[in-house]
Amino acid sequence: MLIPCPWCGDREDVEFKYGGSAQVAYPSDPASVDDATWARFVFFRPNPKGKMAERWVHTAGCRRWFNLVRDTVTHEITPP
Amino acid sequence: MSRLASGGRIDRSRPLSFRFNGTDYRGYAGDTLASALLANDVGVVAQGVTYGRPRGIFTAGVEEPNALVHVGNDTMLRATQVELVDGLEAVGLNGRGRLSLDSPSAVAGSPISPSPSGGGQGGGSDRYDKIYAHCEVLVIGGGRAGITAALDAAQTGDRVILVDEQAELGGRLLGAGWNDWLADSIAKLESAPDVRLLTRATAFGHYDQNLVLIAERLPSGGSLRQVRAKRVVLATGAHERPLIFANNDRPGIMLAGAARTYVNRYGIAPGKRAVIFTNNDSTDFVAADLKRAGITVEAIVDVRAGEAVVDTLAWQGGGLRGVMIAPLTGDGQRREVQCDLLCVSGGFNPTLHLFSQAQGRLRYEEGLACFVPDAAPPNVEVVGAAAGDLGGRGQGTIMPYWVVPSNGREWSTHFVDLERDVTVADVRRALRAGMRSVEHVKRFTTIGTGTDQGKTAGINETAIIAAQLGQPVGAVGVTTFRPPYVPVSFGLMAGRNRGDLFDPIRVTAIHPWHVANGAVFENVGQWKRPWYFPREGEEIEAAVLRECRAAREGVALMDASTLGKIDIQGPDASEFLNRIYTNAFDNLKVGFCRYGLMCTADGMVFDDGVVMHLEPDRWLATTTTGGAAAVLDWMEEWLQTAWPDLKVRLTSVTDHWSDVAVVGPRSRDVVRALFPGLDPSRESFPFMAIREGETGGIPVRLHRITFSGELAYELWTPSWYGLALWEAVMAVGQPLGITPYGTETMHVLRAEKGYIICGQETDGTVTPQDLGMSWIVSKKKAFIGQRSHRRTDAMRPDRKHLVGLLPVNGDVILPEGAQLILEPNGAAPAKMVGHVTSSYRSAALGHTFALAMLQSGRERVGTTVYAPLNGHAVAATVTDPIFYDKENVRRDS
Repeated sequence: MLIPCPWCGDREDVEFKYGGSAQVAYPSDPASVDDATWARFVFFRPNPKGKMAERWVHTAGCRRWFNLVRDTVTHEITPP
Repeated sequence: MSRLASGGRIDRSRPLSFRFNGTDYRGYAGDTLASALLANDVGVVAQGVTYGRPRGIFTAGVEEPNALVHVGNDTMLRATQVELVDGLEAVGLNGRGRLSLDSPSAVAGSPISPSPSGGGQGGGSDRYDKIYAHCEVLVIGGGRAGITAALDAAQTGDRVILVDEQAELGGRLLGAGWNDWLADSIAKLESAPDVRLLTRATAFGHYDQNLVLIAERLPSGGSLRQVRAKRVVLATGAHERPLIFANNDRPGIMLAGAARTYVNRYGIAPGKRAVIFTNNDSTDFVAADLKRAGITVEAIVDVRAGEAVVDTLAWQGGGLRGVMIAPLTGDGQRREVQCDLLCVSGGFNPTLHLFSQAQGRLRYEEGLACFVPDAAPPNVEVVGAAAGDLGGRGQGTIMPYWVVPSNGREWSTHFVDLERDVTVADVRRALRAGMRSVEHVKRFTTIGTGTDQGKTAGINETAIIAAQLGQPVGAVGVTTFRPPYVPVSFGLMAGRNRGDLFDPIRVTAIHPWHVANGAVFENVGQWKRPWYFPREGEEIEAAVLRECRAAREGVALMDASTLGKIDIQGPDASEFLNRIYTNAFDNLKVGFCRYGLMCTADGMVFDDGVVMHLEPDRWLATTTTGGAAAVLDWMEEWLQTAWPDLKVRLTSVTDHWSDVAVVGPRSRDVVRALFPGLDPSRESFPFMAIREGETGGIPVRLHRITFSGELAYELWTPSWYGLALWEAVMAVGQPLGITPYGTETMHVLRAEKGYIICGQETDGTVTPQDLGMSWIVSKKKAFIGQRSHRRTDAMRPDRKHLVGLLPVNGDVILPEGAQLILEPNGAAPAKMVGHVTSSYRSAALGHTFALAMLQSGRERVGTTVYAPLNGHAVAATVTDPIFYDKENVRRDS
C-alpha cells in the first residue's frame, strides 16, 4: 500500500506506523468526566467497513503525524 | 533417443551432460530438464503422492504437476522450467519415494548433492538480493500479447519493464514457429531507451496499487524484484486444461500443446504413435506438427464427433500402451488403439492468478468454456489469451466437456489433481459429505493445494462440482487465488537479511574493551550488552556473586551507554515533562536530576528513567534500553497530535553519549582521583546533582545517581571519548580492585533494592500504585493516565501488588514467570494469585530472593505462597520488595 505523507509524498506502508482512529479528542477536563465516558475515550474506537479517518506517522521518514481517510475494503486513500 | 534429426531452438553444437536420480544423461543447450529427460526416453519421472502410481511429464511449463525436482539448494522446481546446464544434478522430489524405470534403486532418500553449476553452488553460498524498481508500465508475460503491449508502451517514452518467466521471450510462440516476428520485436524492444527486459523472472505476487513481486532466477541464487508500476498489463496467457477419464494419469499422457512444444521448440518426438483427445480446434495444429515430425497419429478422438477416450492401458512399468475409445452415448462398441502418446486438450483457462490477487473479478464465459476477466482493479489491463482472446491458441469452436463417464466403474482413477492425487471419487465424496462451496471442496479434497496451486486442476474441479450439483459453472466459481503464483524460496525472501545482517547489531563505544576482556554478552533489543565478566574457569553464578560483592563492598563499574537518551528543548519543556511523567518537573532546578515514571492513557506504567535539567530550556530524559524508540515515538505523538501549542523539540541522542557507572562505597575515591578539582563530598555533590568535569582531556558530565542502591556516579562523555574514559576509570580504580560488571549483576543489585524494570515487573497491566509507587504520582498537576487511576478497576483491592519473596529454602531460585498459589495441596485447578517477575541469588543477603506481582500482595506480607514446579510446591515467604538498605543510608552516604 502506498501512503501519501503530506511532507514526503507517496511512500511504502512499511515506512509508517498506524495510529488508530483519528478524530478522537482528548477530553478537555479528564477529571470531570465519569468512568464510562473516560473508558469510552480510552478503550473504544470505531471499526467501520468502508471509509475511516485514521492517524498515521511517518516513522521511517519525517516522523510527522497526519490524518487521512482510508477505505478499509479497498485501501483507497483520500485526504481527511 | 527421441531427439529429432533437426529442428527446435536447441543448440546441437553444445551437448551437455546431466544426472537425474543418479543416472547420467545427455542433452543440449536450450533444453529444459524435462525436454532432456523426454529426449532420453525417461518416461516415468515421479510417483503419485498417495497411490504411488507412476507419473510422467505432463506439461511444458509452469503448470507442471508431476515432474518436481530438487537441484542444488533449490527445491520444488518444475523440471519443465529447469534450464539444462552442463553437470546439472537433479533429484526427483520424494513425496513418498521416486521411481526410475532404469534404476529403481536410485529412489527414495537418495542423497541430494549440490550441483556444480545448476540451480545453486551448494554449501549455502547462493546469493539472493532484493531490488526495487518503479516504472510507468509493467508488462507481465513475454508472449505475443505482452511483446505487443511493451512495443506500444515503448512508443510513449515511458519507463517499461517486460517480465517473463522463461529463459527467452516469446511464450507460446517459441513452440509455434513465429521466429522472425519474435526476433524483430525483441530487437526493437532492446533498442528502446527505457525498456527493461527481464527473463527467467516470475511475477508471483500482485498487491495493492500495483506492487508486483518478481522472483528472478540467477545461476546461483536470485533476485527478489519489487516493482511499483503506474499501470500493469497482464499478458499472462492461458493454460491448457486436460479432459478427465479413467486412468488419465499414465506416463505418456500429456497436454496437447505441450506435445507440440516438445516437437517444435525442443526437437523431440515425445512418442512414436499418438492419439489426440480433444473438444476444440487447437489440436488441429498439434496433429499437423506431430505428423511433420514423423509421429504417427493413430486417432483423433473428438467429443464433438461423439467419441471419447474412456480408459487407458499400460505396460508393466507404467508407460502408456493404448487407449480405449467409445461413443459418448455409452452403449456403443469400445475399440482399442495402440499408442505411446496421448495428447489431451480440454480447452484453455486464461491465466488470471495475478489478476485475482489484485482483486480483479472473474466471470464464466459460456462460449469459451472458461473464466475471463470481468471487473479489473484500477490501473490493471489484461490482454491476449489472458483476456479470453484464445484465437492464438487456436481453440476455435469448443464443446464444453470435462469428465468422461466411467461406464459404471469406480471414479477412483479419474484424476483431477495430479500433484495431490485427488480423483473425481474424492470430489463426489466431498459433495456427499455436504460440501457445496468450491472453497470447502478444495479443503476437503486438497485439490489445488499442491505446489502447482492446481493450475491444471482448479477449473475442472469447479466444473465437476457444477455438474454434480446441477448448477452453472459460473455460479460455482473458482477458489481464491493467493500469492505466490509459484513456490518461492525462503532464501529469496530473506535476501541479505540473514546471519549478522538479519537485524542491526548495536554496540557501545566501549564494546572493544568488553570483547578483549572476555565479557559474555546478552542481546537487549538490538544492543549487545556485557552480561557478566567471567574470570578463568568461572561460571555465571560465581562471577555474578563476585561482581555483586565488589559493587556492595568496594568499587565496580558498568557500561550503561545503551540507556535511551532524548534531548528535550524549548520554553515549554518543563510543562511538557509535567504532562508526560506522573511526577512534577517544573520544580526541578538546573543542575539536578529526578527519577520519573510515565503511564499510558489507561493508567498503566509504560517506561521510566532519570531526567536531567541541564539548562533553563534544555533537558535530557533517559529511558529503558529497550524502550528508547517507543518513548520518543510516544512523546512525539502527544506533542504533535494533542499539544501542538507547546514549544518543544525532541531529538534522540542515545548514541551521542557513553555512560560509565562507577558504583560502590569506594566510588568516591575513584571520582576524587579522576577529578582533582571537583569536590565529590556528600555536602558539595549531593544525591541527584550534576557536575561538569574533565579528566586527562576527556570532558565528563557527572551525575550522582544510582541503580544499585550504592553510592554511585554516572560519568557521561561524548561517545568519541567513551573507551578512553572507561580505561581511565579502570586505571585509577586498579589499586582499589575495581571490578567490571554486566547486566546480570545490575539486575541483582537493583532487585535487592526493589527497583523495578519496566517490562520485567510491569507488563502493561500494572499501575504505579500496584508497584507501591504512589509517592511518584502527583496529585497537584495533570498527566497522561491520571484519570484512569480513579477507575473502579484501578482501585480494586485485589489487584496484584509488587512484593518480595524469600524462598523458605534459601538455595532455591524460583523461575521467573512461575505462577503463585495459596494452597500447596488444594484441589485442582489451583487459583493462581500472582507470578514471579525477577529472581536471583543474593551475595549480600546470603540466600535467594525474588520479586513478584501478587494479588492483594501488600496485605499478604508475612504469609506463605507456593510456586508449583515439576509436581511439587516450592514455599516462599511474602516480604516487602526492598531487601537491602531500606533507609537508603548507603545511597546517600
